[in-house]
Amino acid sequence: MALDLLKDSGTPLDEQRFTWRDLVRKPISKLDDDAFTRVRIILMNGIEHESVLFKHFAARASNGELRLPLALARRVDHFQQTQVNWLLSPDMSPIETTIAYEQVAIEVTSSLAQQEPDPYLAQAYRFALLEDFDHLYRYSALLDRLEGKDANNILQSYTDIAPGRPTSVEHRHPSDDIRQHYDRTRATLATKLNAMTITAGEMQTHDYYMNIGPLFADPVARQLYAEIAAIEEQHVTHYGSFSDPGESLLEQWLLHEANEAWDYWSCVESETNPRIKAIWERFLDYELGQLHLVRELMKKHERRDPAEILGAAPAPIQFKSHRDFYRKVLANEVDLRTHGTQFVPKGEESRASIEQRKILNSEGSPSDTVAAGYQWYPGGELARNVVNF
Amino acid sequence: MERTSSKMGKNRTGVQMSPKATEAMLAFTQQRQPTSHGDESGIAALRQSYIEEGDGVGSVPLPGTAKGMLKSGAKMMTGSRPQALVDKLAERLAFERTGTRLYTALITKHRSDVEGQVPIDQLVRFRDDEAQHVALLAEALQQLGADPTAQTPGADLVGVESMGLMQAITDPRTTFAQSLHAILVAELADHEGWDLLIALAESEGHKDLAQRFAAALDEEQTHLDHVRRWVSALTMGEARVGAPS
Repeated sequence: MALDLLKDSGTPLDEQRFTWRDLVRKPISKLDDDAFTRVRIILMNGIEHESVLFKHFAARASNGELRLPLALARRVDHFQQTQVNWLLSPDMSPIETTIAYEQVAIEVTSSLAQQEPDPYLAQAYRFALLEDFDHLYRYSALLDRLEGKDANNILQSYTDIAPGRPTSVEHRHPSDDIRQHYDRTRATLATKLNAMTITAGEMQTHDYYMNIGPLFADPVARQLYAEIAAIEEQHVTHYGSFSDPGESLLEQWLLHEANEAWDYWSCVESETNPRIKAIWERFLDYELGQLHLVRELMKKHERRDPAEILGAAPAPIQFKSHRDFYRKVLANEVDLRTHGTQFVPKGEESRASIEQRKILNSEGSPSDTVAAGYQWYPGGELARNVVNF
Repeated sequence: MERTSSKMGKNRTGVQMSPKATEAMLAFTQQRQPTSHGDESGIAALRQSYIEEGDGVGSVPLPGTAKGMLKSGAKMMTGSRPQALVDKLAERLAFERTGTRLYTALITKHRSDVEGQVPIDQLVRFRDDEAQHVALLAEALQQLGADPTAQTPGADLVGVESMGLMQAITDPRTTFAQSLHAILVAELADHEGWDLLIALAESEGHKDLAQRFAAALDEEQTHLDHVRRWVSALTMGEARVGAPS
């Protein structure tokens, strides 16, 4: 099915309705569903989360006339987020859910990095990808050493569990986290949607870690979540700076709605669970309805043709194992660091970042401690001499 | 609708579902060695440093009534620590309250998952026993001049311990047999809790309380015996029927 972001009008906003029973449906099975069904659920929760945050910000920054349409669309986003996020099953511990979040980060970033036409931004995706890759390894060590569980029960052998760029060296000065932004007049739609998708994913990950970090009794877990949440904050800074600050508020809103439609469409194209696919199809229609509303608002308030911004939808996100891709990136780019907006060899990293992390790590590094000597093995490290593979 | 706890299906969590990918993963872990050396001992050291700073989860409240003050004060004079008993009473009270709720959830599941092997009236009776134990404990705390509404450290921690039991029983996807297993865990802990409470009440000179608690322990013993038997019967029954569904 093709996606036309300029013509499809989807479900009208006033027909986008829910009941509590409809919102709270049977969750997916942690044991039996494919890991990528969970990946899509987590990603789309993040997309709706960002949409709600953006619309609150926009309502504060916009003229009064946009507040009502923003509130109308935001309420639907909220319910969409509820229905999507509540599909996660209650037998997932917070660390198991964390493992799934990092799988989202690795596999979705890998897909976007390969689809990104701007070489500088593609480099920026690959750069942060290696950091999320390391987070998965650190959290897998925590899951194994705290709860005695194997992260691969969640990952289903789609994603590797090994060190990336060590988390302990990922801490940078804010001035080394801001990137060059794309030029809104020249960037492709793919570039804009990629940036929006990944920023949403990182934002929800940051917020999730900030919410669940204090739920742990174990001080090692509390420290690890504190440490990795800080990197997620850096990643939101990093990815959030890709977008052109010259985009008007309505332009940003239009892109948000187009992005949501593109993401749901990507889910429709790849979903294997028919029950969940029906939700993606319904919400794709809802997003097209919201996009239609914003196209009209743009014509009315800015006297601009949305066709200036929107065009043919890019190819869908590839929800699959990108093992070959990120292994190559690891081999070639794990030692890169940053200096201002540039990616540089290890020896040329900015002093400000080195100083920043010297202070942060001066009383020990949680991510180094939790994974000291840790190597993943099927069934967890305690099974190394027991389970023959 | 009859449900079994162990149907055979498309479980994707194990490595046998994707042997080639797993082999690739394992080979890769050999290529990318850990970046920090050592072992789990660093985790223990970090935990230790926090344990040393720890000052407990909270306290047992001072008695809020003049009568309670008087009783505690008198006990303190004899070198006894009445707060230990108050904490354990509040702990049992909290556990019995949660236990009542757990049975309520189990009864709902029984209704939608009838196997005929566990009489529902017995479950209802057990739930009512737990509710009566709540009243018994609240009364005992008041008799000592303590506040039965306060959440003491012991009460708080049995709440933490019970969280998984509540999750297992209230998950609509779990079977009656799976939920009953969680009740078994609760009953085992409950039995031990009453046993200890009776010993503590006796050692503190509260013979009357110890006697009343002994009756509760008898009821808990009955719960435990039955739940154990039901769990065993349902598990064995499922293994015998055994046909993959």
